Amino acid sequence: METAGWTIMLISVGSVLTLVSYCLYRVLNLPPVEMEDIKGPLEIDTGDTIDAD
Amino acid sequence: MSKTNQSGGREQWASRIGVILAVAGSAVGLGNFLRFPGQVAQHGGGAFMLPYFISLLVLGIPLCWAEWTMGRYGGTRGFNSAPGIFQVLWRNPIAKYFGSIALLVPLVIYMYYVVLEAWCLGYALNYLTGDLMLGENSSEYETFFGNFVGAGKDGALFESGSSQLLGLLLITFVLNFTLIYRGVTKGIESFCKIAMPVMVLCALCVLVRVLTLGTDKVVAGLGAMWNPDPELLMDPKTWLAASGQIFFSLSVGFGIVINYASYLRKTDDVALSGLTASSLNEFFEVCLGGLITLPAAFIFLGVAATTKGTFGLGFTALPNVFAVMPGGQFFGFLWFFMLFIAAITSSLSMLQPVIAFFEEGLGLKRHASATLLGLLSAFGCGFVIYFSKDSLALDTFDFWVGTMLIFILAMIQAIIYGWIFGIKRGHEELHRGANIRVPWFVQLMLKYVTPAYLLVIFIGICTTQSKNYIDTLSEGGVPLFSVLFIGTILLFLILLIRIAGIRWEAEGRFKDLDP
Repeated sequence: METAGWTIMLISVGSVLTLVSYCLYRVLNLPPVEMEDIKGPLEIDTGDTIDAD
Repeated sequence: MSKTNQSGGREQWASRIGVILAVAGSAVGLGNFLRFPGQVAQHGGGAFMLPYFISLLVLGIPLCWAEWTMGRYGGTRGFNSAPGIFQVLWRNPIAKYFGSIALLVPLVIYMYYVVLEAWCLGYALNYLTGDLMLGENSSEYETFFGNFVGAGKDGALFESGSSQLLGLLLITFVLNFTLIYRGVTKGIESFCKIAMPVMVLCALCVLVRVLTLGTDKVVAGLGAMWNPDPELLMDPKTWLAASGQIFFSLSVGFGIVINYASYLRKTDDVALSGLTASSLNEFFEVCLGGLITLPAAFIFLGVAATTKGTFGLGFTALPNVFAVMPGGQFFGFLWFFMLFIAAITSSLSMLQPVIAFFEEGLGLKRHASATLLGLLSAFGCGFVIYFSKDSLALDTFDFWVGTMLIFILAMIQAIIYGWIFGIKRGHEELHRGANIRVPWFVQLMLKYVTPAYLLVIFIGICTTQSKNYIDTLSEGGVPLFSVLFIGTILLFLILLIRIAGIRWEAEGRFKDLDP
């Protein structure tokens, strides 16, 4: 195998490995998606409590 | 990331990694392991990687981003099928009809791709039973392949004693439709979350086996693949081949990514997800396919291995290699089992766009959509598998739909994105919820460079490959029947889109959408 062949192979494989590792690292380290809150009755704003005590 | 909608409303991906693995699974297939090594060897070895990576950066990744963006945009406005998404992107009554190509392409490709999938399953099973350990005589493998796929004459597979492939095709069909029936989350996503890691494991096992065959042999094999022939960089065919390989490898212009992305929520990232899916595809192609297939074939078969086409390399050369390789029966099974898994993740993705259209365009429930699609695709499969002499029907489908129409669809999508939807809006939309920044010049490339590049490749393919195919049409027979079959399916889809358009207008689906 020629030196040029080694160089091209290592650069190609190395570049792709670097890119895929970077992407997977970013994806897997993102914060977890927040679940939508299920609104219980007390959390629903009925708009009629402005003057409530 | 999206949650599963438990109330029976529109489907959504359940996780970030799920959609990434599904899109990557759609892209990773036989081409990564068989087509890529052959293209590299025939077009300058390592020198091929220069136009290859240029095409990846100028064509592949930008087009992926554009498809992801358009898909999510259409999905958040209630459409998962290309006709509906195109109508949302381009408020012209004609827009939805361009979506017919985005249905035709995955549907027709599925009709022959599932046959290839059955080939892989058959080869894997024949390795388990030892029936493919046929010694060193390469003609034995050519004979086996010819008999197995019915290449000798039309209708060969329907004769008694030759129907193993039919049974395997039925199993493959049922498996595909069982998974697709389960839906985006429980079917496609769940399967891909298991299938993709299994594929990596299988490929790594074979890679380690190949790289430990003896230092001198391995180095010589790698040299056959990677030693550059710089003169071939001056040949336009090298650039054409590299661009084509990137294009087919990333599955842009298949109508699949735009459908998969439509199941994302408005603020789900498409930038990092699109880049990750593309890079995963490149990992399978360059790091696995590039280090396994051709080196292994060269070690045992010499220079002759570098001149084989995709099917020759995959189904005659490699079995010859496994027969003489230590532990070859096991590694042969592992290899073809991996190819089978790779093919399923791809074939599943070809079914979903059409099912989505039947559901939202015609108002069919999932079981009815799956049944209709099953009948349609079974008919096409039957056509391909009956006209099996020299795989002529398969080859004709692959050229007109799997090559020409894909470029046409990609150009349509590039023009809709760059010139109708607009790159300013595209840039904003791409960055909604994005986890990485994409430079503005990518938008400029999508508007000006990518369509021109696609057109040049398309003209190149027309001038270098189409003459033979056009000449065969004038002779009639299977090629003409195949094109007429494709034309009939297209007309049928156009008619269904017309019906869908009327339904959507009646339902007021476009009334409240932003201009």
